[in-house]
Amino acid sequence: MASNTCSTGICGYLCSSIGKKQLMGVTAFLLIGFLKTHLLGNLLILGGRDLFNDYAHKLISLGNILIVAEVILLAIFLIHLFLAIALVWQNKKARPVKYHSKKRTGRGATFASDTMPYTGVVILVFIVLHLLNFKYGTYYEYELNGVIVRDLYQTVIEYFSNPLYTAWYVIAMIVMGIHLSHGVQSAFQSVGFRHARYTPIIKKIGCALSAGLTIGFSALSIYGYYISTIN
Amino acid sequence: MSTATMTLKLKIWRQADNTSKGSMKEYDLPGVSPDMSFLEMLDLLNENLVNSGNDPVAFDHDCREGICGMCSLMINGEAHGPQKLTTTCQLHMRSFKDGDTVVIEPFRAKAFPVHKDLMVDRSAFDEIIAAGGFISMNAGNAPDGNAIPIGKETADLAMDAAACIGCGACVASCENASAMLFTSAKLSQLALLPQGKAEAAERAQKMVKKMDELGFGNCTNAAECEASCPKGIELSNIARMNREFFKSSLSK
Repeated sequence: MASNTCSTGICGYLCSSIGKKQLMGVTAFLLIGFLKTHLLGNLLILGGRDLFNDYAHKLISLGNILIVAEVILLAIFLIHLFLAIALVWQNKKARPVKYHSKKRTGRGATFASDTMPYTGVVILVFIVLHLLNFKYGTYYEYELNGVIVRDLYQTVIEYFSNPLYTAWYVIAMIVMGIHLSHGVQSAFQSVGFRHARYTPIIKKIGCALSAGLTIGFSALSIYGYYISTIN
Repeated sequence: MSTATMTLKLKIWRQADNTSKGSMKEYDLPGVSPDMSFLEMLDLLNENLVNSGNDPVAFDHDCREGICGMCSLMINGEAHGPQKLTTTCQLHMRSFKDGDTVVIEPFRAKAFPVHKDLMVDRSAFDEIIAAGGFISMNAGNAPDGNAIPIGKETADLAMDAAACIGCGACVASCENASAMLFTSAKLSQLALLPQGKAEAAERAQKMVKKMDELGFGNCTNAAECEASCPKGIELSNIARMNREFFKSSLSK
């Protein structure tokens, strides 16, 4: 048991079941914060090639600041990932003999809560491919306001010109939405916030946020496919 | 008692002792009255088994009034059976129909080893209580009733938490065999009241640590425990434990 090796202070907290869950929740909040920013940035695609590439170029021009931000984001993501692995591993060990018959009461667990590890794995695969396809994808250059910049817009439109890629992207976003629909309210509970009046509202906001992110990202990928067909 | 009796097909987990390998066995049980409690139905089965020279099915029970927390059982995949806010002993056979198949299994968790058949060792819960689920005080005359004023809402919350009978349905129904609903109820009934506040930080640390050590799983906030609890212990207790544990981690 992890708790045998360290018992007090920060180490004891991080080794404990509750400490791990709370860190899961906090990293989840931060990742959702990133997702919202990411979606807002992506919306600039609607403004056309120049506007989107100008935004991308401004981000790239941040240089070291961007690298520091990326490392922090990666660290948050890895903490979330490794805590998930540790928690799932402990949970599997906690019931070595399975039930012959086990039913959901219908008043608690949902499809989303039961499938958190699986939806999580799909999101992980998606993120790796996503980085390979876009950030480390085909590098085009063009001149914008007299400066040679990366034509990320071209990379994006080219990717979504393949309907299979667009379909995979939409499916991955739906899976992410399912993950978040349980994740948002779960994170609030883990950090200890539960209230007779506010928790039902948090659950609704969580679902609306999940749906908003799923619809937003999916719509942009379909828009990318549409742009590729008219060009 | 006028209603016709039923015949049930029972599938029951049989295991000779905690080291041997168990399996599901099938029994046909005629003559079950809808007015019987679930445990009386098992008594009837056991009478038949004993009369035919077989080993009766071992199961936990004590008060049979729904207040001691001794009865358990996963009935058709649900802790304490299909009826909400009801212990197995208070579940009646009118919840079943003639010809039904009823699957009966012990509560399953690494921390709850099976003694025999449906009997489960839940002393892990006692260990959690012994780790910190108490207040230290000098015994003596009872203090004056109104010496420590406590708000009605607080008193109600503490009383709701204290309704936990420690049956283990929360662990049994949890996908991760987590004991957080039990531990949080036992922690909350004390942490809410002035008498329990003095040791709140130490208690949170010790009870959570013991719970982790015993090999219970982690909470995924799915709330199957709350849905299965015969006493209606709420998830807000786990949120309170999460807060108490965080606070205590800062101070300890």
